[in-house]
Amino acid sequence: MWVLLGVAVLVLGFVLKLNPLLVIVISALVTGLTAAWAPGVGVAELWAVAISTLEAFGKAFNDSRYFHITWLILPLIGLLEREGLQERARIVIAKARAATAGRLMLVYLVLRQITSALGLTSLGGHPQMVRPLLAPMAEGAAEADGPISEPARFRIRGMAAATDNIGLFFGEDIFIAIGSIVLMVGFLQQAGIMVEPLQLSVWAIPTAIAALVVHGIRLLMFDRRIERLDREADATPAPSSEAAQ
Amino acid sequence: MITLDHAYIVVGLMFLAFAVLTLMDRAHPTRLRSALFWGLIAASMLVGSWIGDLGNGLLVLGLVVLAGVKKLGVGKPATTSPAEREDRAVRHGNWLFVPALIVPLAAVGGTLAAKYTAFGAWLISDTQTTLIALGLGCVIALAVAWAWLKPPATAPFQEGRRLVDSIGWAVLLPQMLASLGAVFLLSDVGGVVGELISSTVPLTTPLVAVIAYCLGMAAFTVIMGNAFAAFPVMTAAIGLPVLIHQFDGNVAIVCAIGMLAGFCGTLMTPMAANFNVVPANLLELPDRDAPLNGVIRAQIPTALIMLGINMLLMYLLAFRF
Repeated sequence: MWVLLGVAVLVLGFVLKLNPLLVIVISALVTGLTAAWAPGVGVAELWAVAISTLEAFGKAFNDSRYFHITWLILPLIGLLEREGLQERARIVIAKARAATAGRLMLVYLVLRQITSALGLTSLGGHPQMVRPLLAPMAEGAAEADGPISEPARFRIRGMAAATDNIGLFFGEDIFIAIGSIVLMVGFLQQAGIMVEPLQLSVWAIPTAIAALVVHGIRLLMFDRRIERLDREADATPAPSSEAAQ
Repeated sequence: MITLDHAYIVVGLMFLAFAVLTLMDRAHPTRLRSALFWGLIAASMLVGSWIGDLGNGLLVLGLVVLAGVKKLGVGKPATTSPAEREDRAVRHGNWLFVPALIVPLAAVGGTLAAKYTAFGAWLISDTQTTLIALGLGCVIALAVAWAWLKPPATAPFQEGRRLVDSIGWAVLLPQMLASLGAVFLLSDVGGVVGELISSTVPLTTPLVAVIAYCLGMAAFTVIMGNAFAAFPVMTAAIGLPVLIHQFDGNVAIVCAIGMLAGFCGTLMTPMAANFNVVPANLLELPDRDAPLNGVIRAQIPTALIMLGINMLLMYLLAFRF
């Protein structure tokens, strides 16, 4: 039971807004120590447990270095930004007069879900697509009818990132070789239950359709929300010239 | 054959370049600390397999002290001005998108080639094929963009440093959470959580069990920042013994929808840094350091509705098929 102190450390660190890296290491050490602790265990043994916990953490850290391969894209994106990638995306969208921020993101949501379901999860993503393309394009669409306020701009950016995540999460599980499906098959196998990846991926489809409908409706309502936010922003600052007279 | 080890060398050299350029940047607000931080990541990528488990553990402690105790600053390397960028955007035209598209095409093409062609299988290792192909795509695309745009020699790495500084400590979070998961597994945290839930919540009807399982998946994912960590714990606690064995629910439906309920939790937590914190930093949102930043707030309505829909779908489908 005491071993749950490690989870409590995570929650506490979250509440106290400590840096998550720090909280994670403390949680790991607390978990290792409480798992080994029993009445009569001396300081020397606990020290040895702390060291072996640190070793286990270090081994797992080294084994999961593959997360960093995705950062290889940063010099490329940085270089393209230096040459005007974001500005180019704005130019493209400014030409498409019919597009609004909400409708543009709806199109992106559909594409992101379909491509993720086909296993093409790396077509999207925040460094690859949202920052250089989707967010500037959505801002550009909103600005086509005139300048927008800062709160509206940040709301659009947040929604762009959210749309990428939602399209990915509720699309990727339809693909049979994605990590979460592999994890489920492996876990069930350990428990003595044989399940085909395809069975699992088929039952991700109802949720995927529901997510498209729910977030799609929110995106269609999003343009009006942005307009309202802009009106409020216009109304609050310095009194208008008429009022001053 | 290209393996993970080759990819690690390339990634290590990139972080080494970030470290050296940061060290040379006299205007950087946390010059030494940031240079050491990127340098330690470079060391982990380059020599991590030779320094032993304790060495890696000490390396982690070093990284945490450098980035976790006080905030890392953000460098501002020289770059093009907004006017220059407008100008170049017009001059380069839509060709600017081409290098960015090489990366996903290489990732998918490489994965498929490694699976279905002899040359692909010879070229790319079969462990983490997609990631290796993605890394290869980044290198090819950068070479193409470099040859075409002819930037100053260090520009791609100065620009990369600009972006990696804006992401900051969050570059380590997924890796740290995976490592924490390994420690939890060793200490059987999952088993204890399972006993606790099944002994406190009366899971007497399928509906209550469905709600408890989906809520548990979402809540544990919020804490851990990762549905993968929540799934073994909650499925061992409620999914298998109650929903599947006691109430005879369909295994595939319970697990597939349970995982998706966990994803609803991912949408609501700052612990899922690469999905929720990294974009807030990349998009320079003013509230990016808040626990509920603009990205998470945009996601919460969809996440809550989808959590309810997942419970409903599991309840309606799992006991029928």
